[in-house]
Amino acid sequence: MAIIGNPKYQDRIQHHLAKYETKRSAVMPLLYLVQEEYGWVNQQGIEEVAGILDLDPTQVKSIAGFYTMYSEKPKGKYWLQVCTDLPCALRGADEFHAWLKDELGVEEGGTTDDGLFTVEHVMCLAACDKAPMLQCNFHYVENLGQEKMRDLLAQWREEAAQPAKG
Amino acid sequence: MHILLRGREIDNIDQLEVYEKHGGFAGLKKSLAMTAAEVIDEMKASGLRGRGGAGFPTGVKWSFIPQHEPLKYVTVNADESETGTFKDREIMEKNPYQLIEGSLICAYAIQAKAVYIYLRGEFWDIGAQLDDCIEQLRQKGYVGENIMGSGYDCEVYTHLGAGAYICGEESALLNSLEGYLGQPRVRPPFPAQKGGGLYKEATVVNNVETLANCPFIMREGAEAFKAIGTEQSAGNKVYCVSGHVKKPGNYELPMNTTFRELLYDQAGGPLYDDRAFKAMLPSGGSGPIVPLTDDVLDTPMSYEHCANIGTIIGSASIIVMDESVDMTWVASKVTKFFEHESCGKCTPCREGTYWLDKVIDRILDGRGTPDDVKRIADVAENMQGTTLCALGDFAANPIIHTIKHFPDDFAQHVGAASAGGD
Ligand SMILES: Cc1cc2nc3c(=O)[nH]c(=O)nc-3n(C[C@H](O)[C@H](O)[C@H](O)COP(=O)(O)O)c2cc1C
Ligand code: SF4
Ligand code: FES
Repeated sequence: MAIIGNPKYQDRIQHHLAKYETKRSAVMPLLYLVQEEYGWVNQQGIEEVAGILDLDPTQVKSIAGFYTMYSEKPKGKYWLQVCTDLPCALRGADEFHAWLKDELGVEEGGTTDDGLFTVEHVMCLAACDKAPMLQCNFHYVENLGQEKMRDLLAQWREEAAQPAKG
Repeated sequence: MHILLRGREIDNIDQLEVYEKHGGFAGLKKSLAMTAAEVIDEMKASGLRGRGGAGFPTGVKWSFIPQHEPLKYVTVNADESETGTFKDREIMEKNPYQLIEGSLICAYAIQAKAVYIYLRGEFWDIGAQLDDCIEQLRQKGYVGENIMGSGYDCEVYTHLGAGAYICGEESALLNSLEGYLGQPRVRPPFPAQKGGGLYKEATVVNNVETLANCPFIMREGAEAFKAIGTEQSAGNKVYCVSGHVKKPGNYELPMNTTFRELLYDQAGGPLYDDRAFKAMLPSGGSGPIVPLTDDVLDTPMSYEHCANIGTIIGSASIIVMDESVDMTWVASKVTKFFEHESCGKCTPCREGTYWLDKVIDRILDGRGTPDDVKRIADVAENMQGTTLCALGDFAANPIIHTIKHFPDDFAQHVGAASAGGD
């Protein structure tokens, strides 16, 4: 599918276009819709956004490239961003991050062979009092330890094995 | 008493009816019955200073907005990306209506057409929560046309960033909101001036915590606020405590509270009983590090007292480190942050942070020399004051001040008796 003409996105596209003084301001929210649809910000999505906003695709691409939350390549179904910034690192985040990569058998930034998990380390996520922590697809998962993390991985694997709902 | 983290005292204050029952929108109502200029005077009298880091007097900032301009905006800085900062998140999650009420008070005071709340992208769920709040407020006549029957119209919107610390810098934030690269602008013109703000219109940019104070000030009066804290630092502040304490978390305290009261009485003292505190970064990665001596511990956490001990209170993200921590490693961690977050627009910042990171890695690997330590201190000194935005200065701080206060931590890696220092 696409985001243009896709009924799933029409209300949101209109909402974002109405929100700002200029069309161009809607570039960031529309890039999030692209990521939702394709799983990453691909060339087709960039061209769609450029079309909606009357921008050049290279301009849209440079915006997407500037920010770390727009993914320039496909990620695992669960994109795990572990904070290893100073406050978390003072409470074991570097060790936790190393352990998690080991547990999943991936390198930094890598995705598991089954396509489920991508592991990356990131800077402070405003949860330093709940270290170690991560964001999974931009949702907070906090106060982690090995046991809790193993349970979560099992839960996500199970969830992924379910046939997609409606 | 909590002015900001009221979610700690009042259950469900994140629900509109509960918020209303506890004085919610009384401050806005009172403001709408006053002239815009009177609201600004009240804010000035309160002594409130910006909680985003720089501590600029809020009422004075509002008074810079040219009243005759037809189009004006308020932009709420909810980018909260400074290492160690997690206060705006709790305010928004647990007491969201108070932030929106505060934003509307600001909007009325400068007669803004709209408020944009710029959230860091990782606050995805908070953005959705705030959108719901705004919708409820619209239905009850607090947002949109003819707010509370006053004849004043104002819209409130959220906007999500996408992972870039630099977008917390106000001019970069405005560029990002306009759909340009989130890089700082050359100033003047400043955001408060025509030509410098959002869509080139005069704009107030205020931090979440700053604005969340406004309903109290307008409801209870400037004097009630000014009575809290110190001479130059009125009110409460939310202090974010992280690192080697027993109870990390947010603590809202009057600004005359000392570091000792915060770190021992509130946060429970050192995480490990057999290890003493060594140092703290009182303003996240950006401010100067200070050793946790008795003198420092007995210092009130105000703008003026922190300046006296050679640091800043800034956003009050207090990262505590005990005696097991190697300050060379701290310098490395913080430098990696700035190397990653430099927007690349100016050479001293882009090249400086890259180079500092490489040399500190070498020092940590045991391949550095005493000259390397001197060299990184020089590079850091040269970065200060030479860049378009303050990130360049922030990035220099951890190097300059860790070497100054803890020369031996560097010396041990380069096989020298002492790496320099004073
Ligand atoms: C590199 C950099 C990052 C900043 N990040 C933030 C931030 O995340 N949140 C914030 O409120 N202010 C941040 N600031 C400060 C803002 O530029 C601005 O001073 C502040 O939003 C003004 O609001 P206040 O007067 O209410 O403090 C940052 C400044 C710089 C130079
Ligand atoms: S100092 Fe650094 S972050 Fe600021 S504008 Fe220059 S390159 Fe960008
Ligand atoms: S350092 Fe990890 S959330 Fe702040």
